[in-house]
Amino acid sequence: MDWTAIALSLRLAAVVSLVLLVIGVPIAYWLTFSRRRWKFLVESVVALPLVLPPTVLGFYVLVALGSRSPVGRLWTAWTGHGLAFTFEALVVASILYSLPFGVQPIAASFAHIDRTLLEASAMLGAGRFRTFGRIVLPLSLPGVIAGAVLTFAHTLGEFGVVLMVGGNLPGVTRTVSIAIYDDVQSLNLAAAHETALVLLLFSFAALSIVYALMRKPWSVAPLS
Amino acid sequence: MTLSVTLRKRLPPSFQLEVAFEVEAGVTIVFGESGSGKTTLLRCVAGLSEPDAGRIAIGDRVLFDASAGVNLDPPRRRVGFVFQHLALFPHLTAAENIAYGLMQLTPAERRARIGAIAASFHIDHLLERRPGVISGGERQRVGLARSLVTDPEVLLLDEPLSALDHRTQSRIIADLRRWNDARRIPILYVTHSQREVFALGERVLVVEDGRVVADGSPDRVMDFPAHESVARLTGFENLLPASVVSRRTEGGVMVCRLAGTTVDLETPLADVEVGRQLRVAIRAGDILIASEPPRGLSARNVVPGTIASLSREGSVVRAEVSVGMPIDVHITPMAREQLGLQPGSHVWLVVKTHSCRPVSAV
Repeated sequence: MDWTAIALSLRLAAVVSLVLLVIGVPIAYWLTFSRRRWKFLVESVVALPLVLPPTVLGFYVLVALGSRSPVGRLWTAWTGHGLAFTFEALVVASILYSLPFGVQPIAASFAHIDRTLLEASAMLGAGRFRTFGRIVLPLSLPGVIAGAVLTFAHTLGEFGVVLMVGGNLPGVTRTVSIAIYDDVQSLNLAAAHETALVLLLFSFAALSIVYALMRKPWSVAPLS
Repeated sequence: MTLSVTLRKRLPPSFQLEVAFEVEAGVTIVFGESGSGKTTLLRCVAGLSEPDAGRIAIGDRVLFDASAGVNLDPPRRRVGFVFQHLALFPHLTAAENIAYGLMQLTPAERRARIGAIAASFHIDHLLERRPGVISGGERQRVGLARSLVTDPEVLLLDEPLSALDHRTQSRIIADLRRWNDARRIPILYVTHSQREVFALGERVLVVEDGRVVADGSPDRVMDFPAHESVARLTGFENLLPASVVSRRTEGGVMVCRLAGTTVDLETPLADVEVGRQLRVAIRAGDILIASEPPRGLSARNVVPGTIASLSREGSVVRAEVSVGMPIDVHITPMAREQLGLQPGSHVWLVVKTHSCRPVSAV
């Protein structure tokens, strides 16, 4: 079994989940509570990775991060090396690719909260941040955790985007799914089998956690 | 402290709330049917909805002034709001719910305030429980305590007791009264229950179709309704279209003829000219039925008619009697049996002058 690849995939998934948690919560909040007319456009952008072929997404990320792009030049000036085919590039691409998996469960659980609870909080003197911290976040915790777990599992299993943006550098960009692909290509089926089984079991466990969490421990509906 | 409210708010497609009133300390009931604009009114005072025009102030403190561009956020209004479905925070205990509005206090002060309010609303024993595991009446008390503990300058209650049985209602009303005797702040209490109007109110504003149509003490407004809509809300089953045929100022009475009939009813004098249309409001329980022409009565109105239908509703029999127009009469099942009343029976209706209330037809 390719432990280097597994460790790399786990590291990538952990970083992406953390970053998506930090940026996904505000995006989900805005998507849920904003009254802007053009909100649907942002919703479409967030959902785009669900339908786009990973190669298309990967291609654009590659172009955007390439040494001739503004981002790529800035990165090179800052770090002294290029961005494409690095772990950092994988992180950026994976964040975009997993965006809907991170944002949508959180937005769904925000939308489930009874709005009069938020009004009650305001009438008791709480501003938006306090209402978010004391009411919105605790009541949607299962959704937030679900978003993080789904992001983790989805990142662990991605293939096309990684291949486009990261290539296949052992220990740097060679993730589990690419290791499996390589093993199959070189007819090393036993190794492919072992790694694939690990990935399968992990994905099953992750989804079980998500679905168990979605059975909310307390009702967020109004109590009358 | 006086709460003064002048506001106009249009709600699509065609509803408009337009009210102007001032309320002093004490309980003012906002009474009206659902859809009359009561809740919208409360939400505007709370800052949860923005009026199109007007001014809302507590004493000199302006909460909203459309022309001056003032619109305080709900957290800065110091207005307490008890929601119809309470909106208790389900993940917090009763104590945490009550503490929610006290964040600026020290923990010791907070504990003292929670202890005091819990004692006066009899919820000491529930403080560590979550809202999901306590009864409806207890939740109601926690909801009230949560708003009152913050010492608001105005309290708004949106049908807070409508889901409770009468016994529990009465007890909570008593606690609320006692609390307010000590604080004396303006309280706007929205309800569509007449019971609550009499039990709580020092004053009642009747709202109909976005406007205040009556304003005064509960006894005055509810028993001597000025408008047809108020009479309907306050349980006058009969609202008979009529016109004034004569006035006897010295006797304090006038005679009204029911529209399309030759039936004349004597009613107390009202400020309506001869020939003008009005409604005569009569409670179905204030009418007597006689199976023979009655004699030697003090009652001035004796009207012959025919029973059109009889139906049992709980402990009363509802008789529809045609006198040229249908009139509802409530009698007991015993009376029905004794008089041998059947559909088609000829009867005489007896109504005292003061059981007939002239109300305006608008």
